[in-house]
Amino acid sequence: MQTSSDNILSAVRIEKGFPGTKALDKVDFHLRRGEVHALLGENGAGKSTLIKCLTGAYRRDGGSILLDGAEVDPRDTFDAQRLGIGTVYQEVNLLPNLTVAENLFLGRQPRRFGMVDTRTMNRKARELLAEYELDLDVTRDLASYSVAIQQVVAIARAVDLSGKVLILDEPTASLDAHEVAMLFRIVRRLKARGLGIIFITHFLEQVYEISDRITVLRNGQLVGTRETSDLNRRDLIAMMIGRELAAEIHSAHAATAEGSLRYRFRNYGRRGRINPFDLDVRAGEVVGIAGLLGSGRTETAEVLFGAHRADSGTAEIDGHAVDLSSPRAAIRQKFGFCPEDRKTAGIVGDLSVRENIVLALQARRGWTRPISRAEQNRLADQYIRALDIRTADREKPIKLLSGGNQQKAILARWLATEPEFLILDEPTRGIDVGAHAEIVRLIESLREKGLSLIVISSEIEELVAYSTRVVVLRDRSHVAELGGDRITAHQIVEAIAATNEREAS
Amino acid sequence: MTSTVRTYLTRLLPQLIALTIILAAISIIFPGFLNLQIQNGRLYGSLIDILNRGAPVVLLAIGMTVVIATKGIDLSVGAVMAICGAVSASLITSGHSLAETLLVTLAVGILCGIWNGILVAVLDIQPIIATLVLMVAGRGIAQLITEGAILTFNDPGLIYIGSGSFAGLPMPVIIWLVFGVLVALVVRQTALGMLVEAVGVNREASTLSGVFTPVLLVAAYVLSGLCAAIAGVIAAADIKGADANNAGLWLELDAILAVVVGGTSLLGGRFSIAASVLGAIIIQSINTGILLSGFPPEFNLIIKAAIIVFILVLQSPRFRAAFQFVSIPRAAGKPTEREAK
Repeated sequence: MQTSSDNILSAVRIEKGFPGTKALDKVDFHLRRGEVHALLGENGAGKSTLIKCLTGAYRRDGGSILLDGAEVDPRDTFDAQRLGIGTVYQEVNLLPNLTVAENLFLGRQPRRFGMVDTRTMNRKARELLAEYELDLDVTRDLASYSVAIQQVVAIARAVDLSGKVLILDEPTASLDAHEVAMLFRIVRRLKARGLGIIFITHFLEQVYEISDRITVLRNGQLVGTRETSDLNRRDLIAMMIGRELAAEIHSAHAATAEGSLRYRFRNYGRRGRINPFDLDVRAGEVVGIAGLLGSGRTETAEVLFGAHRADSGTAEIDGHAVDLSSPRAAIRQKFGFCPEDRKTAGIVGDLSVRENIVLALQARRGWTRPISRAEQNRLADQYIRALDIRTADREKPIKLLSGGNQQKAILARWLATEPEFLILDEPTRGIDVGAHAEIVRLIESLREKGLSLIVISSEIEELVAYSTRVVVLRDRSHVAELGGDRITAHQIVEAIAATNEREAS
Repeated sequence: MTSTVRTYLTRLLPQLIALTIILAAISIIFPGFLNLQIQNGRLYGSLIDILNRGAPVVLLAIGMTVVIATKGIDLSVGAVMAICGAVSASLITSGHSLAETLLVTLAVGILCGIWNGILVAVLDIQPIIATLVLMVAGRGIAQLITEGAILTFNDPGLIYIGSGSFAGLPMPVIIWLVFGVLVALVVRQTALGMLVEAVGVNREASTLSGVFTPVLLVAAYVLSGLCAAIAGVIAAADIKGADANNAGLWLELDAILAVVVGGTSLLGGRFSIAASVLGAIIIQSINTGILLSGFPPEFNLIIKAAIIVFILVLQSPRFRAAFQFVSIPRAAGKPTEREAK
């Protein structure tokens, strides 16, 4: 209960309950002046609830919040902003169709004779952004800039409005390495100015790179607060998920594919999306696909699944030429595909978990042969249990589930069709550590069952863990293939970075 | 399956409450409103009249529900009614048999649906624009067929569809009852309903899951065209003639309103045909009620609008959250009965 004077924000014994659950159970949280404090935990651990209590988006049931030593009680997010607590969310909550300057000064535009003084506003906007080493045309629409820039604009607005505490809720989820570096430069600068910064993320490397202290929540309770430098990765994961998992993730890679060669793609590609490539996949094999964003990873997946029809080359299964010109055609060949963008291409948000799980199977059977309700229930329950999908019941709309559980439900959708060739595009992106490990384990067990899998991931360590072979992409071409002992993070990075010569496996 | 029945009723509760209140209100202003009598083996009374007069909008609402569930909209149904009325009148007057006339008319309605469906599903034109084309052109086509005049006919078979009766009920009522039950059964006893909802909520995800989206979309517009064709025949048979200018005029808007009053979201997804039918009956009750209650006719549209706003407020999630007067249990039930939040 100590509240030393260098704490800019202290939350003491915060409680918040929802019908049926205790989302926060007497959680203490102290943020120092000039520190980056990582707030970690699995999905559902209570991170968002705590943040929402701090920013007034939720009314807390109990506990007190001290800002600069004085007790505050923000009624809503505007109130919190006025008090000095600003928040920037993962999905930038600015208005993309307004200019950068308008976004920065929305609701507080400088006025002259009752009219918005656009010139002054633009000048002030340029000055404000100059502090962030950002030289933008502030009269252009916000949407014309990258997510990273939008993120910085959102931060600039929040800091300008609030100025004491900045909460960053998964700011790096959709940024590439370069953009993350830029963001971190800005975070460090704000830290030097004495702001207290709360940083929420799923990327543990980033936690170690930027944070001074770490607070871990689990199931609505405080697990502990530690200095980042005193806490190693394995202990951190143990704190987050309550069991030793790190070892499991890095165990399975011994296996090499012994299965027969089943899938043979020759000169397969589509103009403007992915250059023609050759690919062989055996039964019981996980082919990892590595490469930078935009190197053609997702395009490879889409062309294999027929989401974009290949315009060159041939596909063979067990020596017979097959047609993979559409998702339906691919599904007929027992293909399955978990797309990268879960929200727009994966889940059918308003429908129940049950309906989402049976969707692909029902689509393959055709509308005239409905799966009976009893059978749907059985399938849904089976996969909810097998994949440990956490949902109140199978009738809950899938959009209300956490990212990891949505991903598991999409996997269940394909597993229900008993696929033989499964393409997973970033299956672990944006999901918590626990679900992450479960999906990695699932990939391994599917491989052991003899499925052929293509897994795309930007987490190289993860690819190393489960791939029997890794294909490296660069500039929309398959440039290298690594197998056996050569599957190491180092080798993959080398292959991605190499400029010219094509490596053979 | 008593729980199924219960959830079904919960889904329809706001519409049933609204209808009850409206009917009660009318019967206070106009006693005798609820009276029914039998003459010549046929039921007469204002209630029967509502069911009968409401037939075109009920039929349009059935098709519109499925189209809206796919996140689409069909503005052309009023014009398609006019086309189909004109086609049936011109065929029957030129000496074709009733069966030929009806078959060709329904085929024309289906053709209109295919046209809309191809614009939406294959050419990927926004539904509101795609169907606007036929909404504008359709009435012109109908006028070409009738050559600008009201094309009258006196074939007793065709007239029977508009003003005959069967088993004590007017023919139009029988037609929409049978057709509505048929569509609801086909949609819910097969997987069509779920697939339509999936496409309406997320077309891309459904396509990637192997749902044959273009065919499904075309089918929805075909159903809507077919509904409009039947409604067009009823409207023409009712006045014993095809009026290209006025048949089905603005009825597309009433049909959309019926679907919305029925609680199906214009954003697509969850739908209930029964609720839309109730919505259409509610609208017709308001029309008939205002007429009977003797308000000056210039008030009609205003009163109608006010009542509809009231119904929409009644079923808005915020209102429900505030008053919690209908709690919707999320029990295991068919998708139809699930509450669209």
